[in-house]
Amino acid sequence: MAYKTIIGLEIHCELMTNSKIFCSCTTEFGGEANTHCCPVCLGLPGALPVINKKVVEYGIKAGLAFNSKIAKETKMDRKNYFYPDLVKGYQISQYDIPICDGGYIEIENGNGPKTIRLIRIHIEEDTGKSIHSEDGGSLLDFNRSGVPLIEVVTQPDMNSPEEAREFLEKLKATLRYIEVSDCKMEEGSLRCDVNINVVDEETGVRTTITELKNLNSFKAAVKAMEYEEKRHIALLKEGKDTVRETRRWDEVKNETIVMRTKEDAADYRYFPEPDLVKMKIEEKWIETIKKNLPELPHDKKERFMKEYDLPEYDAGVLTQTKELANFYEETVKYVNDPKQVSNWVMGDVLRRLKDEEIEAEDLTLKPKDLAELIILIQDGKISNNIGKKVLKDMFETGKSASIIVKDKGLIQISDEGELTTIVEKVISENEQSVTDYHNGKDRALGFLVGQVMKATRGKANPQLVNKLVLEIIEKE
Amino acid sequence: MDLTKLSAIELRQKLVDKEVSSVEIVKSHINKIEEMESSIGAFIITNGEEALKTAELIDKKIANNEEIGCLAGIPIGIKDNIVTNGIKTTCGSKMLENFVPPYDATVIGKIKGEDGIIIGKTNMDEFAMGSSTETSYFKVTKNPHDLERVPGGSSGGSAAAVASFEVPLSLGSETGGSVREPASFCGVVGIKPTYGLVSRYGLIAFASSLDQIGTFGRNVSDAALLLNAISGFDRRDSTSVSKEKIDYTKATVEGIKGMRLALPKEYFGEGIDKSVKEKVYNAVKVLESLGAEIEEISLPYTDYALSCYYIISTSEASSNLARLDGVRYGYRAEKYDDLEGLYINSRTESFGEEVKRRIMLGTYALSSGYYDAYYDKAQKVRTLIKRDFDKTFEKFDAIISPTAPILPFKIGEKADDPLAMYMSDILTVSVNLAGACALSVPCGFVEGLPVGLQLIGDRFEEEKIIKLAYNYERNRGDINGL
Amino acid sequence: MISKEDVKHIAYLSKLKFSEEEMADFTNKFSQIVEYVNKLSEVDTENIDSTYQISEEYQFMREDEIKESLSREEALLNAPDSQFGYFKLPKVLE
Repeated sequence: MAYKTIIGLEIHCELMTNSKIFCSCTTEFGGEANTHCCPVCLGLPGALPVINKKVVEYGIKAGLAFNSKIAKETKMDRKNYFYPDLVKGYQISQYDIPICDGGYIEIENGNGPKTIRLIRIHIEEDTGKSIHSEDGGSLLDFNRSGVPLIEVVTQPDMNSPEEAREFLEKLKATLRYIEVSDCKMEEGSLRCDVNINVVDEETGVRTTITELKNLNSFKAAVKAMEYEEKRHIALLKEGKDTVRETRRWDEVKNETIVMRTKEDAADYRYFPEPDLVKMKIEEKWIETIKKNLPELPHDKKERFMKEYDLPEYDAGVLTQTKELANFYEETVKYVNDPKQVSNWVMGDVLRRLKDEEIEAEDLTLKPKDLAELIILIQDGKISNNIGKKVLKDMFETGKSASIIVKDKGLIQISDEGELTTIVEKVISENEQSVTDYHNGKDRALGFLVGQVMKATRGKANPQLVNKLVLEIIEKE
Repeated sequence: MDLTKLSAIELRQKLVDKEVSSVEIVKSHINKIEEMESSIGAFIITNGEEALKTAELIDKKIANNEEIGCLAGIPIGIKDNIVTNGIKTTCGSKMLENFVPPYDATVIGKIKGEDGIIIGKTNMDEFAMGSSTETSYFKVTKNPHDLERVPGGSSGGSAAAVASFEVPLSLGSETGGSVREPASFCGVVGIKPTYGLVSRYGLIAFASSLDQIGTFGRNVSDAALLLNAISGFDRRDSTSVSKEKIDYTKATVEGIKGMRLALPKEYFGEGIDKSVKEKVYNAVKVLESLGAEIEEISLPYTDYALSCYYIISTSEASSNLARLDGVRYGYRAEKYDDLEGLYINSRTESFGEEVKRRIMLGTYALSSGYYDAYYDKAQKVRTLIKRDFDKTFEKFDAIISPTAPILPFKIGEKADDPLAMYMSDILTVSVNLAGACALSVPCGFVEGLPVGLQLIGDRFEEEKIIKLAYNYERNRGDINGL
Repeated sequence: MISKEDVKHIAYLSKLKFSEEEMADFTNKFSQIVEYVNKLSEVDTENIDSTYQISEEYQFMREDEIKESLSREEALLNAPDSQFGYFKLPKVLE
């Protein structure tokens, strides 16, 4: 029995413009409720929309980054429905002539690269927000009403929750790269709806699509998709079908829950927005945007491989976000050993980011600081192992490498005289090991070196210790 | 001297000549309003105190020999669908009975910038949907020429206020003839500018692709003066068109010899009252005698204009009025069980029948399965109607016709027959569909009831129709004898 | 011909309702109007473009600048109900 999962995504991303899409109110997050509003984004009678050029530019940027075709002429349309957070009783969106048509994003799915096709990308406005009040009522805040969004719609090309997650990571990274959106799902600047169903490959029978909404993290989205995958397959096995419905993920119960669906197949009565006229997108404008597009992840990876002579794997890891890549490049400016820096960034730095669940730009550690540490190791002042401990300290305290090394007296012991004394002491306390070594047990050497390291609490220069122990043993 | 009998231009001149003060002008009009309102009912709200304060400031300016605007000292009535900061703006509806806008419409800012004095908000058909001002939630405005008859609509209050000498100037709005038809019914001049010439920012929308704010005056020069003040590109209205600023008062000069006027035969057909036609033909003769060349033409799609208009305008209106839901402002029902109930009850309890009817028609025309046959179809027919006009204006300077097919009718006469009411617009709607400019100028009386002459010009050719109207006005003879 | 059911559905979309007494009269008048506007089907519009906007102009666009918003008081000025600086709705939302 072979079952194929089919997943399509609809992603909404808030654009990082200063002002809203149809008015000049700030898009700044936070702010006291209803203090970033004007007649336009409150939908007061008589107010009219005026489109923000930057929003159109960001739409084009996104289209270029995802290989879409940019429309030469485009327009806005009204999507009509009633809801308290929708101030005008309609949303100004795009219906039949989106700003970007088609496109694709490539992901790695373990078997090699896979192309996930896009249907379209369009621009639209966001709604206000509602929260529950203590007495059971709803409180409405329209600060977010009119914040610009792009909506990215994919073809149902993903065949596993993992592929979907890969896609979302790639989408997020790229949009952050081109500085169009910061895509923080937990903050609501990226929202993802999922359409999922399963087909029995032998019989061709497929389940009805389930829509998943209100997913508030990539993790939740993946869990929800995994759950649905299982649920659909289970039903197929019983010869049953799913019901056409919308579900959300319940963190606590660890299952998807049916949402109260508003109305099936809402009639949005789309028609061209009469308060706006058609927009022209000149070839020249697209060219200018293309030229000023920041280096995209793929291109940066290729460049890293060439410029820093890094293996593809390293380059890939380092360029997964622009901030991490910048961090790397900044560090390399101070330390002339790209591979070393790569190891440190891919290893300890990335681990720290994952453990603390932060992004590269949130690090208090600066590239210069990491460089200083690496130089200390390069100069033999401390060993690699000590270096790892120092880095941990640097993360925790924010102090510089040299200060920590000084405060904790971690400077590597490289004085031959000093080390010889310690080595001789260790050897004299471990006669058996010397004997073992002479009997052909090479591991005894390592043991003796280890003992010297222990005696010096790791501060001894390992290469030197190795040399000295060998020298002294050989003499005996 | 009765200041209320003077024209706006005359009043301003007297002010400049320091023969009279702004306060005196405003006081005399406040008195007139008090005198007339019980019988006319043109205003929903009057702003006398504030108006006097503004007048005092203007008088100070004049005393200091400061520059004053082109509307200095002139009391102006504003149709109550144009938002005025701090002054209730109701659209003639229960839904917005207590709505106080926190901002001014662009045209209000312009009027204030020219030292015009806003003296009150005038009555109108609810949400501008009507041709008689009878659907207002607050009151019925009477025609100053016959108090048992309607003043026309939807800008009936603005037209009546000017006709009854309560104000020399007022602002109205058009979607399908709502400035021209009441101008015709009340015997005043009404100008509907080209779509895009005057900012719609702050005009509570009925049909976004058709709406324009228009001006009323007792003569062509006055109406042109107000048009000067309010026209111009506005960055807050995305449909606003940037054109070189024109002084329309300069078009009020003599000499229309050689101007070519088209008479569309469809506008003089059977549905038009004979006595109305007669007055208009007389007016045509006057223009001919001044050297204009007249030729009969055909606008073949005229017959479909009304259907086209009622589909497009109601579709856009059904969407524009969706924001009136009792959530953030406006009327909220007291009783409801759920969200649906809140919407339904708030809207049902506060919208009048005509508004509901048009919202329903618009929703129907846009709904799934009907969009192609109705809304899209109407937009295609609109193209054909516009082409009729474009072709005509290639050869002609203006189109001439009656403004309304009938004389002002009695209050209540058509209230129960929506279609019959809609027919009042057959001669005006094509202009809005084509986005052209037009005006109505009085051309006579039939048994004491005014008749209006309509002049239609190509987009942004207000000067031509103003010139024609001005010349006609100067040469028509004593209007009361017509 | 517009049926009562049609009217009920359109009313649902429009967030309006008609009482039983009003229904008959409304449906009747509504049908007449729909009948009238159906006239448009007579017109041959093959190969005719729709006029969605009357001007020939392309959209001017605004620079991405922040301008002052309304104060919270102004924003809430006409709110039927408000609390803690929010617009308030009684318990009606999920």
